[in-house]
Amino acid sequence: MSLTKALSKPAGSTAAPSPLSVNGLTVAYQKKPVLRGVTFEINEGELIGVIGPNGAGKSTLMKAALGLIPSIGGEVLVYGKPYKEQRKLIGYVPQRESVDWDFPTNALDVVMMGRYGHLGWFRRPGAKEKAIALECLSKVGMADFADRQISQLSGGQQQRVFLARALAQDAKLYFMDEPFAGVDAATEKAIITLLQELKRQGKTVVVVHHDLATVQDYFDSVLLLNVELQAYGPTEQVFTQERLQQTYGGRLAFLDRSFQVPAADSGKGV
Amino acid sequence: MANIWSMIADPNMQWIFLGCTLLGLSSGVIGSFSYLRKQSLMGDTLAHAALPGICIAFMLTGIKSIGLFLIGAGLAGLIATFGIGYITRHTKLKQDAAMGIVLSSFFGLGIVLLTVIQHGNYGNQAGLDKFLFGQAASMIGSDVITMSIVCIVLLSICTLLFKQFKLISFDPGFARGLGYPVAALEQLMMLLMVVAVVAGIQAVGVVLVAALLITPAVSARYWTNKLSLMVILSGIFGAASGAVGTLFSASVSNLPTGPVTVLAATLMFGISILFGPQRGIVAKRLMRQRAKRRFAVQREISIHDNTKKEAAL
Repeated sequence: MSLTKALSKPAGSTAAPSPLSVNGLTVAYQKKPVLRGVTFEINEGELIGVIGPNGAGKSTLMKAALGLIPSIGGEVLVYGKPYKEQRKLIGYVPQRESVDWDFPTNALDVVMMGRYGHLGWFRRPGAKEKAIALECLSKVGMADFADRQISQLSGGQQQRVFLARALAQDAKLYFMDEPFAGVDAATEKAIITLLQELKRQGKTVVVVHHDLATVQDYFDSVLLLNVELQAYGPTEQVFTQERLQQTYGGRLAFLDRSFQVPAADSGKGV
Repeated sequence: MANIWSMIADPNMQWIFLGCTLLGLSSGVIGSFSYLRKQSLMGDTLAHAALPGICIAFMLTGIKSIGLFLIGAGLAGLIATFGIGYITRHTKLKQDAAMGIVLSSFFGLGIVLLTVIQHGNYGNQAGLDKFLFGQAASMIGSDVITMSIVCIVLLSICTLLFKQFKLISFDPGFARGLGYPVAALEQLMMLLMVVAVVAGIQAVGVVLVAALLITPAVSARYWTNKLSLMVILSGIFGAASGAVGTLFSASVSNLPTGPVTVLAATLMFGISILFGPQRGIVAKRLMRQRAKRRFAVQREISIHDNTKKEAAL
């Protein structure tokens, strides 16, 4: 048992395995791949932004990495093992629109769902789970809304409930699918605080992100995606006008004026 | 009144009463989950699909028993769900159209087979046509025992797997992320729905049995914002409908049990939609009026203040 484990690792590698290493991942819904040969390996303890135009496969990358949709090629390793064996290490925040918020339940109950993976198959969540869920709700500033029916929460508050649920999973690697989409300023601030807090605890967070203006403020590393991997690396190196033009095709003209993106080769001559 | 009491004393009547109540209870419970998963009409499809299954089971064996019918109807339901899945995956048709096609073609086949059986030499085929609209009076002791077993199994599974069923109904993607076998659990829910439908067909009939899956669940949703309570309430509403249906149809001659049961469920739905707290029509109207009055009072005060200020000037 221990021998095969030792053999399966490359000889001489003493470094801890990456939280997420993706090798040649290819996904196709119909004939045309929506993700083609995506390969990258992320560093532990970083906040990583996944950036790309609509239809670039950002959400697909996340879902395939989580095993929610089948891939037609490539592999995904979470801390050196297939994700199936590492589910307890992974936390997930789906897009808010993916569920019906008129479901008969309250905020606390949704957050407790994050504990289900830690409970046995037939065990009901008890006082301990309730305490954890309440703590997670207060971390996103939603403690006062614990008993609130979820349909009576604002969009931003619903997003924060989803974040609290992911926190309750107590994972090491988090995937968040557009958590900033359509939220109010208070929620945006709450999410940023939370991301920083997770980073301080040494967790790794992968975030699908849409707003190019905030990328430099939020993320340590950036993954540029458009069906194929365009670039991956530290934000200051990868988040350049040139690379963004390449990722978004010609559709990024507005960037020239609106945002101060450091050009790759212009230096300080301006 | 004395009439009803004498009926309750009749042991045969007790069986039927128990059977219909259990049926309503199990349909109400599993119906809550299918309603929340927006699969309400799936119950109707399964019920209609069950008819040819039941006919074929009878033609092959020549025996009328719920157990055998359960197998036939279950297989037919399975084929129907696969058919719907196949159509939605491989064509541009949406689920509602696919369900319509499958439902009506299975039902058509069922009616054809039923006619074949009526004209065949089975000897004991009388009563099989009652499956269309149901006849609780035709239930015998062994049927009720089968129903009780079905009910106990269904309730136990829903209790044990409540956590899983809840998560899958709310957020199947997250459930998959946690590693739950979502596809298998969804199939299990579908199977429980088939079981509830088939158990109910004898009493309520193919055409109306879906109402017991949908109506109690929708009614229960009006009274609570808590899933566990909703499931229990839905079970109670279903059981009450079954009980009322049996008593009423037995005391008034020639009234079929199924339709009366469904009408009883509909009556409860009417009460729920009107008087449910928060969601009910009356509650909503009262809330709006209160808000209006409060606003009017506030405006009056501010006008009053303004005039005072102007007067002071």
